[in-house]
Amino acid sequence: MTRDAGTRPPGHLVRRPTVGTPDPGPPPGPHPARRRRRPARRWSALLWVAPAMIMYGVFVLYPLGQSVQFSFYEWDGIGPATPAGLDNWRAIFTEPELLGSVLHAFVLIFFYTVLPVSLGLVAASLIRELRIGAFNTTARVVLFVPQVLPPVAAGIAWTWMFSTDGLVNQTLSAVGLESLTRAWLGDFTFALPAVGVIGFWLSFGFCTVLLLSGVGKIDPSLYEAARLDGAGRVAEFFAVTLPGLRGEIAVCATIGTIAALASFDVVQIATQGGPGYQTMVPGVEIYRLTFLEQQVGQASALAVFLAALVLLVIWPIQRLGRHE
Amino acid sequence: MNTVSSTRHGLVSRVVILVALMAFAVLPLLSMLTAALAPQNSTPPGLAWPEDPQWQNFADAWTAANFLALFESSVLIVLGVVPAAVAMAAAAGYGLAQLDVPGGRFVNALLLVGLTLPFEALITPLYYNLRDMGLLGTRWAVILPLIGLLMPFGVFWMRASFLRVETALTEAAELDGATPWQIFRQVQLPLAVPALSALTILFFLATWNQYLLPLVLIDDPTMRTVAGGLGAFQGEHGTNIALLCAGSLLIIAPSLLVFLFFQRHFVKALLQGAVK
Repeated sequence: MTRDAGTRPPGHLVRRPTVGTPDPGPPPGPHPARRRRRPARRWSALLWVAPAMIMYGVFVLYPLGQSVQFSFYEWDGIGPATPAGLDNWRAIFTEPELLGSVLHAFVLIFFYTVLPVSLGLVAASLIRELRIGAFNTTARVVLFVPQVLPPVAAGIAWTWMFSTDGLVNQTLSAVGLESLTRAWLGDFTFALPAVGVIGFWLSFGFCTVLLLSGVGKIDPSLYEAARLDGAGRVAEFFAVTLPGLRGEIAVCATIGTIAALASFDVVQIATQGGPGYQTMVPGVEIYRLTFLEQQVGQASALAVFLAALVLLVIWPIQRLGRHE
Repeated sequence: MNTVSSTRHGLVSRVVILVALMAFAVLPLLSMLTAALAPQNSTPPGLAWPEDPQWQNFADAWTAANFLALFESSVLIVLGVVPAAVAMAAAAGYGLAQLDVPGGRFVNALLLVGLTLPFEALITPLYYNLRDMGLLGTRWAVILPLIGLLMPFGVFWMRASFLRVETALTEAAELDGATPWQIFRQVQLPLAVPALSALTILFFLATWNQYLLPLVLIDDPTMRTVAGGLGAFQGEHGTNIALLCAGSLLIIAPSLLVFLFFQRHFVKALLQGAVK
């Protein structure tokens, strides 16, 4: 039904004389009014943009400005704020807890982006050309499930997977690796990678489906040409598949990187940053500093830093993707 | 080593890979299901069908999670956010693409700021602003900021869709004396239906799965979104594995059902939304 609406020529709607429309009469001036608009109409065009911009201004831009402002103060959220100069900003680079949270976010990029994209590429190039109707649809749907669930649900499901009695340990025991079993999310060494695995689970299916649909759009003659040149599977991958998927890879990398750097839901549910600060990420730290420790200034500095960091990391990825 | 058997071999191994990937995607949910059927306060194994499935765990979880209130609350928040956000994004996208809005480039640049902005960057001031507005603890505290936060993506999305419409159509209508409103309603909107429905799905997901805003801005878990309520439920019943798993499955069931029912549209919208 949506398709019909999209392709139906709307000519008859245009021609229909509408009640209440004043007769425009002959166009004024020597040139008929083509692209030129009367000033009154130009300014009334602002009305179209106004609702969106008001909501955006009041609930995004203004608070963003406040975050910047708060970041230069020391404030407990109740009493008077005292100017703190650059102290909050300096702390991000000197306090191990804050710096650690930022570094952990970068570790998560590996799990949210590098792993899903690389494994997704392998999967997509192996599954390429698999055209068996119903099975394909089922696969797309099933692989998409993690993407449509609330990340909170992923956090809960995997907390259970990683628990002492969970499926991960059950599997290890079953294959004789009992010595490796542990409470993964409570383990100082393995908690962060375990959180990473949850992120991997969330993004992997989506990346695979996106890359698969991208592979489908690559011109088959390119593969034929590569084969005629005697390219093996690996050469074919690097000569045809990888360049052909540049845009899709950039998309996966962008989404994954933002999800990793700005992660909150999964970490808050699975570990709340623990054990110790082993899985602390900026998102959880901002929440903790504001609402549990009443350090509004420090939280704001970290928040603004996080926003800038995301932009800084996304920028080169976007440029790489555009370059086609 | 004839070609027929080698392609068949390739086909089988590809299917096997795909099945393995699918298993990885659903295993955590299956593990939750078997745990949900274990006796309450027991320690169920990771994945094994229980001998005596305790289906009434779901009934207990229904009450414990206050499921109806939670579901109703999520629907209210979605109804507060999605139609308004889609309408505002469509209007602004139309204005920026088809009308010569004064300062249009500046508006675009402003919106660009918000495109990658993490919600965490705003949550602290939002808390104090909404407190001062007296909205803290009400659903408006989630609805209003979320509309604002969805605007950058929504406006860019709709603007891109309206930019694809041929100007000849608009000009013809203009010569016939149609006002921008009539052009929007009768010419542009019908053409934008696919873009609008994809945006609706993306906004629905963003709202339904929203966790940080409800967690911080609404104290009462039964007034939050599904994701917010789910977090609170875990906090209360984290030690009772069977009840926790049953409750979590109940709470995520509506999203799963909606997804399976509209899966075509979901997958398309998500893929499109990603590529834009």
